[in-house]
Amino acid sequence: MITLRSVRKSYGDEVRIGPLNIEIPKAGITSLIGPNGAGKSTTLLMIGRLLNMDEGQIRVANMDVARSRSNDIAKILTILRQENHFITRLTVRQLVGFGRFPYSRGRLTKEDEAIISKYIGFFELTDLEHRFLDELSGGQRQRAYVAMVLCQETEYVLLDEPLNNLDIARSVQMMEHLRRAANELGRTILMVLHDINFAARYSDRICAMKNGQIAAFGTVEDIMKPDLLSDIFETKIEIIKGPYGKIAVY
Amino acid sequence: MLMRSLNEVEIRSQPPFSGQSANPQKIFTVPFVLAIFAVMALGVISLFTGVYDIWGQADGRDMFFITRVPRTIALMLTGAAMAMTGLIMHLVTQNKMVEPTTIGTTEWAGLGLLAVYLLVPGPSLVLRMTGAIVFSFVGTMIFFLFLRRVRLRSSLIVPIMGLMLGAVISALSTFVTLYFNMSQVIENWFIGSFAPVQIGRYEYLWIIVIVTVILFLYANRLTIAGLGEEVATTLGVNYNRLIVLANALIAVCVGIVAAVIGNIPFLGLIVPNIISMVRGDDLRSNLPWVCLTGMGTITLCDIIARVVIMPFEVPVSLILGTVGAVVFILILLRQRRSRRLR
Repeated sequence: MITLRSVRKSYGDEVRIGPLNIEIPKAGITSLIGPNGAGKSTTLLMIGRLLNMDEGQIRVANMDVARSRSNDIAKILTILRQENHFITRLTVRQLVGFGRFPYSRGRLTKEDEAIISKYIGFFELTDLEHRFLDELSGGQRQRAYVAMVLCQETEYVLLDEPLNNLDIARSVQMMEHLRRAANELGRTILMVLHDINFAARYSDRICAMKNGQIAAFGTVEDIMKPDLLSDIFETKIEIIKGPYGKIAVY
Repeated sequence: MLMRSLNEVEIRSQPPFSGQSANPQKIFTVPFVLAIFAVMALGVISLFTGVYDIWGQADGRDMFFITRVPRTIALMLTGAAMAMTGLIMHLVTQNKMVEPTTIGTTEWAGLGLLAVYLLVPGPSLVLRMTGAIVFSFVGTMIFFLFLRRVRLRSSLIVPIMGLMLGAVISALSTFVTLYFNMSQVIENWFIGSFAPVQIGRYEYLWIIVIVTVILFLYANRLTIAGLGEEVATTLGVNYNRLIVLANALIAVCVGIVAAVIGNIPFLGLIVPNIISMVRGDDLRSNLPWVCLTGMGTITLCDIIARVVIMPFEVPVSLILGTVGAVVFILILLRQRRSRRLR
């Protein structure tokens, strides 16, 4: 469970986030949606201890993220931001291998190697495992990074716009992989998504944010309502029934 | 099904795998052993290059041990040190153009030497070294803090900023030199040369071996730092502490070399870039290669420096500067080309 208690953060006078109070249950996929500047990424970064909050408390699996040792947190939660611009010349296997760092401190055991192979296989990167990252396409590289954070084998996985820069086919592929990670590996995934329909199709829960506040939190059914979404995004949004569930049309 | 076919298309559309570093964990591969022999051969050539006739003269044997052996050892240690410094800087700043001479660390070391000469008349080598190390540390730290604040990630702006900062420090040094009439100090320092190396004047360079060991222990953490602060934190690495450590290692290397030998330009740029192109950026498996290539490059340059105008010699920094400038431009061109492809 991820628990936020009166979490606040402000940048200057204009941007204020919080107070946020929410309990995100274990297991499944939760998507954070909302307009630009709603505070989605900031919230995600604070949960992942990459950004300090001004006030409040965040607990992940009962561990206070602001107070615990970074290496201990690294065993229960992992966070991946949007694609880095700097591309290191590491091979896919070396990169994914660094996911084992919190456990092995860099000296990979046979077990580690097996786990690395498992996640390389899971993300269908086996044929590319000795390729350098700068020789890959954007979609492949994104998969390698996600494979690295899953290789950390943490209960909680936080992703900031994992579909950024991916085309439709790569986006669907990524979401299928994440869905499988949640179903088969029992991971709790919390991610920021821009596309409401991707969120609706693949999430268990949706948390909608607006103006630094949590506007709504519930199952996909609860959130995919025309009035609610129109209000959050300040745009006329209709909901229609599609073959895979509800679709937002705007 | 869809997923699998997609993946196959992606694989096929890629250039064929070039085959490098299939097993990066193993260090003593055939090419590495060959490289060791090549560097040893260069070392032997370096031992027997020089004007003094060590075979014919009566004191030839003594001269051999007083100057030739120390010079060759100094070359090897300096080469390894400067190449490693470049490598650490590349990882920590995530920029392949950064090295002690392009971000002003060397200039800070020079200022440190001057400061010591100003404060203590006729300072000992230890004092000079300490001054150079402290100033290198402060200077590099200022640059790193600046980088983190401004987040200039454009790969060209960073060295331009560094060169500007270096120019300011260098100007300050020149002013101090002229004002206090110490031009000899700065000239000797600026022209990095191995000619004055002899027994009793180079032994502090052995500290570099300790730096290498520490670096090897922290290799994985530094490679992770190369993935950025956020990835490093996610993996449980204390990024800020690591940066300070990296900086200290850089300062020790640059400071010692500055005090003992002088300004050695571009080695930290050439060597790690060549290694990165061939072997990638995994520090732990690259470190032996970087040391070895650094040793080989500087020894070769020094041999050239000793031979071109025999019986005189030019400072090795002259040769390195020339070679380095050419390589710098080649790397620039290569980077631009690959960006266009992407």
